[in-house]
Amino acid sequence: MIYNPSPFAIVLFVAFVLFVLGLSFYLARRASSAEGYYAAGGTIHWAVNGIAFAGDYLSAASFLGICGMIATAGYDGFLYSIGYLAGWIVALFLVAEPMKRLGKYTFTDALDSKFNSKGIQLAAAVSTLVVSIFYLIPQMVGAGVLVTPLLGLPHWVGVTIVGIVVTLIVATAGMSSTTYVQFFKGGLLLVCSTILVVCVLNRGLETSPSHGGTSEYHKFQNLTATVSGNGLAVSDGYTLEGNLADNTYGDKIKFVKLQKDGLTSFWKMTQTAAGFELEETLSVIKKADGTKLYNGAPKEEGKFFPIGHAKEIIMNGESVTKTGSVGPWEYLGLVEKSTMILWGKQFISLGDDTAYVYYQKPTPGKRVLRPGLKFKIDNASFTQKLNFVSLMLALFCGTASLPHILIRYYTVPSQSAARKSTIVAIAAIGFFYILTLFMGVGAMTNGVINITDNNMSAPLVALSFGVGLFALISSLAFATVLGTVSGLIVAAAGAVAHDLMDNFLGMGMDDTKKVMAGKIASVVVGVIAIYLGIVFEGMNVSFLVGWAFAVAASANLPAILMLLFWKGTTAKGIAGSIWVGIIGSLGIIMTSPSMYSRYGLDPATAMHSLDNPGIISIPLAIIALVIISKMTASDNEGLAE
Amino acid sequence: MGHGPAVKLGKDNAAEYKTKLGVKMFFAYTVIYAIFVAICVNSPTTMESNVMGTTLAVTYGFGLIVVAIIQALIYNHFCTKAENEMNK
Repeated sequence: MIYNPSPFAIVLFVAFVLFVLGLSFYLARRASSAEGYYAAGGTIHWAVNGIAFAGDYLSAASFLGICGMIATAGYDGFLYSIGYLAGWIVALFLVAEPMKRLGKYTFTDALDSKFNSKGIQLAAAVSTLVVSIFYLIPQMVGAGVLVTPLLGLPHWVGVTIVGIVVTLIVATAGMSSTTYVQFFKGGLLLVCSTILVVCVLNRGLETSPSHGGTSEYHKFQNLTATVSGNGLAVSDGYTLEGNLADNTYGDKIKFVKLQKDGLTSFWKMTQTAAGFELEETLSVIKKADGTKLYNGAPKEEGKFFPIGHAKEIIMNGESVTKTGSVGPWEYLGLVEKSTMILWGKQFISLGDDTAYVYYQKPTPGKRVLRPGLKFKIDNASFTQKLNFVSLMLALFCGTASLPHILIRYYTVPSQSAARKSTIVAIAAIGFFYILTLFMGVGAMTNGVINITDNNMSAPLVALSFGVGLFALISSLAFATVLGTVSGLIVAAAGAVAHDLMDNFLGMGMDDTKKVMAGKIASVVVGVIAIYLGIVFEGMNVSFLVGWAFAVAASANLPAILMLLFWKGTTAKGIAGSIWVGIIGSLGIIMTSPSMYSRYGLDPATAMHSLDNPGIISIPLAIIALVIISKMTASDNEGLAE
Repeated sequence: MGHGPAVKLGKDNAAEYKTKLGVKMFFAYTVIYAIFVAICVNSPTTMESNVMGTTLAVTYGFGLIVVAIIQALIYNHFCTKAENEMNK
């Protein structure tokens, strides 16, 4: 085990969840009307709403996923911070005030405000549901990741706890409760993340991170080996079972399988004049019966250790083993001049068994602090470059199309309040995203990363400063998931009860029935989210959110922007654009290399090599809107401006 | 039907001015963002260059975040001014 549950952390976590639930029940009385349930009665102060925006937005993807990706792939994780924040510019300058002016409870209302079209009501409601569910997946995965070290429970239990607690919250109080929970959580997340970054800077960089002298970092071994007949003579008591050819794996980088004390280990081989130099790796063997061995032993035996260190630190032109306390800019300057250890991953087939081997990759700091380690852009093919641009486009366009963000514009009393709350959100979120780089690099260099699942990197940095900070940060991260999932479920419930049942099907429900329908829809969406959270275990949550952004940007943004800025837009054009956006983006995602890997197929055999659909599906949705609107221009005759 | 705002909104005479200002500021930011993406894709090693003590990528990335905040504040200043003058 890399980490063990602590009673203090458990108590703090349970207290936190109970507090959130208590707050929800207390605020439940505000939700007696449909306005109260879906839009908090439009009475929330803009400053509160702004921080609540931050609470909604700084989801598991931001706190867990981005920091985890930075910890293992450097600057490429920070690209998400930049893209997510840039998306708020679209929200502020183009969407905030018109959305407030046009809508009532849901974004469908805004799209349909001019037309009263059944086609828009159906398409927009389905889009809200699809995007919300896509966005729910990474949140639930994040929840599962968190409870393992916090409570010592398996992934599926974490997912189920979040599902049940959130469904209780939403089915109880709706938007009022969600807003105040988000405000509380968003504020605390900013404060605690700042404290964590101050701690990281105060510690500085170390080549052998000792957590302020409280722990000893694993010393990676190097062995020497000489070829002996068909076998290998290895130092330090390691032996080769069988001949060398049968125990050597990999193409460009070679690994050899050795035994010692009954444990199997893999070593990276480098040819020398005398034979080989062997470098220690980490490995996870998956046996044919499904059991896993971590560095040759079951997980409980604790042979698998956390990693993350600087190979060489250059300070004032000299190589040092530790820097001591440094300022934020100096910290990044030191990383830029030093050499970091990142980790490569190699798949190995062992007959019926399989293994993943994780090996050290010394990487110059200036390479770590620029894009290209995860996303292929150096000497990249056209498709690889397209993938990168597509991701950055989806992040830029996605924010202003997320249903749970859009519905927050209905919780404030005026258009100027909508604008001001967006500005508060940009300031708060922007500040947080700057912190992510320090938290991520902090994880990269503090010997805390679980290389099999980088999502926990930020909370584990906190653990290196003591269980108190870890418990607080983890509870907050869990509350982050709770809050975001609450917002998403309210949005999805609104789509079902208000857009589909009341408007599209014309069921003519009164306020009480609308709220009841919303609560029942919340439970159903909650159950779906729990299932998907379990299925997608192990994927980086930020990567998954990238997909949600792409679907949202394809399905919703063209419709919103064209409605606001092109008078020729027709109802059929909007509905058609939404359907093309949904089908186009989902189609590309479902046939992508990443999903092939998820299906258990060879990603190389995927139908195309595009992992991010935005660059294709967003323009497709715009083209569909323009063509259909031109073809149905007569529908707009006699329509009020 | 449940259309129309959740709360009753007064007429906003500054709406057109704010929309035009928003579009201009959006395009200004989009250009800065597009240049960032273009450098990343076409010349990733340029992003390694040392600018202000760290890489260009870090400086530019932080710059994008800070510019967003500054633009937001400027936008709010002019919108509030227009609302005060035009909605008297």
